[in-house]
Amino acid sequence: MSSDAIIIPGGRVEGKPWVDALQDWVTTVDHKRIGILYIVYALIFLLLGGFEVLIIRIQLMHSRIDFVSPQVFNRMFTMHGTTMIFFVAMPVLFGFANYLVPLMVGARDMAFPRLNAFSFWLSAFGGLLLYFSFLGGSGLYGAGNAPDVGWWAYAPLTARAFSPGHSSDYWTLALLVSGFGSIGTAINIISTTLCLRCPGMRLSRMPLLVWLNLVMAGMVLIVITPLSAAQIMLLVDRYLGGHFFDAQAGGSAVLWMHFFWIFGHPEVYILVIPAFAFVSEIIPVFSRKPIFGYPVMVAATVCIGFVSLSVWAHHMFTVGMNSYANSFFAITTMAIGVPTGIKIFNWIGTMWGGRIQFKTPMLFSIGFLFQFLISGLTGIMLACVPFDWQLSLSYFVVAHFHYVIVGGILFALFAAFYYWYPKMTGRMLSERLGKWHFWLFFIGFHLTFDVMHVPGLLGMPRRIYTYEPGRGWDTLNLIVTIGAFIQAVATLVFVWNLISSYFNGAEAGNDPWDAWTLEWSTSSPPPTYNFATVPEVASRRPLWDLKHPEDPDSQYE
Amino acid sequence: MSAAAISLSEMQQPSGRPYRGKVAMACLIIAESAIFTIFVVAYLFYLGKSLTGPTPREVLETPIFFTICLLSSSLTIHYAGKFLERGERGAFLSLWSLTILLGGLFLFGTGREWYRLIYEHGLTISTNLFGTTYYSLVGLHAFHVSAGLIMLFMVAIFAFSGRVGTEHSRRVEVLSLYWHFVDAVWVVVFTVVYVLGR
Repeated sequence: MSSDAIIIPGGRVEGKPWVDALQDWVTTVDHKRIGILYIVYALIFLLLGGFEVLIIRIQLMHSRIDFVSPQVFNRMFTMHGTTMIFFVAMPVLFGFANYLVPLMVGARDMAFPRLNAFSFWLSAFGGLLLYFSFLGGSGLYGAGNAPDVGWWAYAPLTARAFSPGHSSDYWTLALLVSGFGSIGTAINIISTTLCLRCPGMRLSRMPLLVWLNLVMAGMVLIVITPLSAAQIMLLVDRYLGGHFFDAQAGGSAVLWMHFFWIFGHPEVYILVIPAFAFVSEIIPVFSRKPIFGYPVMVAATVCIGFVSLSVWAHHMFTVGMNSYANSFFAITTMAIGVPTGIKIFNWIGTMWGGRIQFKTPMLFSIGFLFQFLISGLTGIMLACVPFDWQLSLSYFVVAHFHYVIVGGILFALFAAFYYWYPKMTGRMLSERLGKWHFWLFFIGFHLTFDVMHVPGLLGMPRRIYTYEPGRGWDTLNLIVTIGAFIQAVATLVFVWNLISSYFNGAEAGNDPWDAWTLEWSTSSPPPTYNFATVPEVASRRPLWDLKHPEDPDSQYE
Repeated sequence: MSAAAISLSEMQQPSGRPYRGKVAMACLIIAESAIFTIFVVAYLFYLGKSLTGPTPREVLETPIFFTICLLSSSLTIHYAGKFLERGERGAFLSLWSLTILLGGLFLFGTGREWYRLIYEHGLTISTNLFGTTYYSLVGLHAFHVSAGLIMLFMVAIFAFSGRVGTEHSRRVEVLSLYWHFVDAVWVVVFTVVYVLGR
C-alpha cells in the first residue's frame, strides 16, 4: 500500500527503471509528491544560499580582507537574500502546506492538482532563471554577472545605466515567475480548505496548521501581487524605456521602495505564519495537552494578517517621511506585537502543566519560542523611529531579521522536519543525530546572531565589503563567522540525518508521536489516495476520539 | 493520469461546500485587484508630474461608445449563462457571440485610441511619465480583456461544435465571473484615467 505512494530509488520498487521513476516524479500531480518536490528543491537552494553566506562571512571575518572582490561580494549578498527568501523559505513552506493541508482536512488531493504541479514548476524554473544569471547575466554587453543590486533592488540601481547586461532582468523575471507560482499555490490552498474538507470538519474544527496556512495563502494573494506589479514596471522601465523609477524624467525612487516593502514586510508574516502553524501542532502533541485557546489563536493570526498589511514603511524611516507617516507606521508596528504576544502566551499555556517530552521536534519548537520572542523585542526597538534612525542599515537590523528568519522560522521548520519526516517516508529521523543537530545549530546560531547585534550598535553598516581595523569590530566579526561555520556543520548533520535515516531509520508506523490530527490515521507514507474511506470528524482531535472512545473530545465541544 | 486526479477530486468534493472553481476565481480576482491597485496608485501618484508634454488634457478623448460596449457585455454574458443553465442553447450561443463581439469592439477602440496617440500626438510609453503610466495601466487592462476574449472564444468553439451543455454551466459561470471583473476594473480605470486624470 505504501509502496505506490512514494517511490524513491532503493525502496521496494527496485524493478522500476529509473527513467520511469523520474517520469513519475516530473509528471506527478499528487499533492504529496509535489510537496516533497518543493521541499527537496528548497533544500538544494538552502545549501546554495548557505554557501553564499559563508563567502560573505569569510570576507567579513577580519578587517581589510580581500577574499573575494567587492563585485563578487555584492553578488553574494544579493543572491543570498533572494535565494533564501524566494527559493528556500517560500517553497519549503509551500511544500509542507501542500503535503499536510489535504491530509489534515481529510481530502484526497488539493482542489486543483494540475495547477498545483504547474505552480511548482513555475517556482522551480524561477530559481533556475536566477541561477542561470551566473552564466547568462553578461548578455551582449559583457558586463555584470549575477544580480548585485541587493535583494530589495532599490531604484536607480536597477536602471539600465547602473545595471547593464541582463543580471537584473534575471532577478526580475525569476521573482515574477516564482511569484505567479506562489499565487497558484495560494489559490489551491484556499480552495482546498474551503471546498474539500471532510464531513464534520467545520472551520472551527480545522487543525490550527490548516487555519494558519489559510491566512498565509490569503496574504500571498494580496502581497505577492504588488511585487509582481512592481517587477512589471521595472521591466517596462528597462525594456520599453518607461520612467516609473527614473528620477531624471520625474519618476520616483521612493515609489519603488513603497511597492517593494508593501510586499516585503507582509512577506515576513507569510513566512512566519506557517512557522507558527508547525509549532501550534507540535507543542500540544509533545506537551500531551490540547492547544490552549484555539479560537484566540485563530483570531490572533487573522489579526496579524491584517495589521501586517499596514506596517511596511517602517523599513523606510530613514527615507524622510513626514512625522504623521512615521508615527502611523511606528504605532502599527508596535501594535502587531499584541496578537503575536497572545500567541506566545498560548503556546506557553499549552506547555504549562503538560507532560513535556523533549524529543527533537519539541527542542526546536522551544528554541523557536524564545528566539522568536527576542527577535520580536528587537523588532519593537526598531519600531521606535529615533532608534531606527540611528540603527537602520546597520548590522543590528541584520541581526534582528536573521533572528526572526533563522531563530524563528528555520527552527520551526527543523521541528516540522523531525515531526513529519516519519509520515513522509515511513522512517524515523535519528534522535541522536537530531540532538547533535539541535545543539550544534543552537550554539552556532547564538554565537552568530547574538554577537551580531553588537557591531551594529557600534555602527557597522550592513552590506559593506570590508572595514578599517581599530574600530573594535574584528573580534566580534570573527565570532560571528565561527558561529556561521558551526551552523553550516549542523546543517550538514541534518542533511546526513535526512539521507541516512531514509535508508536505515527505524520504522515509523502510522502514528509514531501518538498525535491527534488526521494525517496520522493513514499509513506512513500515505497511499496516493490518502484515505481508503473519506474520514468523518466530530472534534478538533479526531484521533483522540478514535483512541479514547470512552472520553471523546466531541462531548465537550 | 492527471485527468484521473481531476475527476477524483471533483468526486470527493463533499456536499454543502462551495464550488471550488468559484472559490479559485474569487481568489484570482483578489490577487488581480492587488496588481491593478498598484498600477492605479502609480498612475495617480504621477498625475501632473510629467516633465514634458503631451498631457492627458491635451490628448485624451473619453471613449464613451467603447465603454458602453464593454459594460453591456457584462449583461450579455450574464444572460448567456442563465440561458445555458436552462438549456436554451441557441440563445446562449447568440448572446455568447455577442459578448465576444462587444469585447472585440472594445479592444478595437483601445487600439484605435493608441494609434491616434502614437501617430498624431507622438505619445509613446517612453515619451513622459504620463505615457509610461497610461500605456501600462490601460495596456494591463487590455491584456486582461484579450485573455478573457481568448477564453470566451474557446468556449464558443466548443459550444458551436455542440460540446457545451447545461452540465457545464457552473464552469461557464466561473469564466463569466472573470469577465465581470475585467469590466469592473474598466470602471475604475475609466474613472481614474478619463475623469479624475484630466
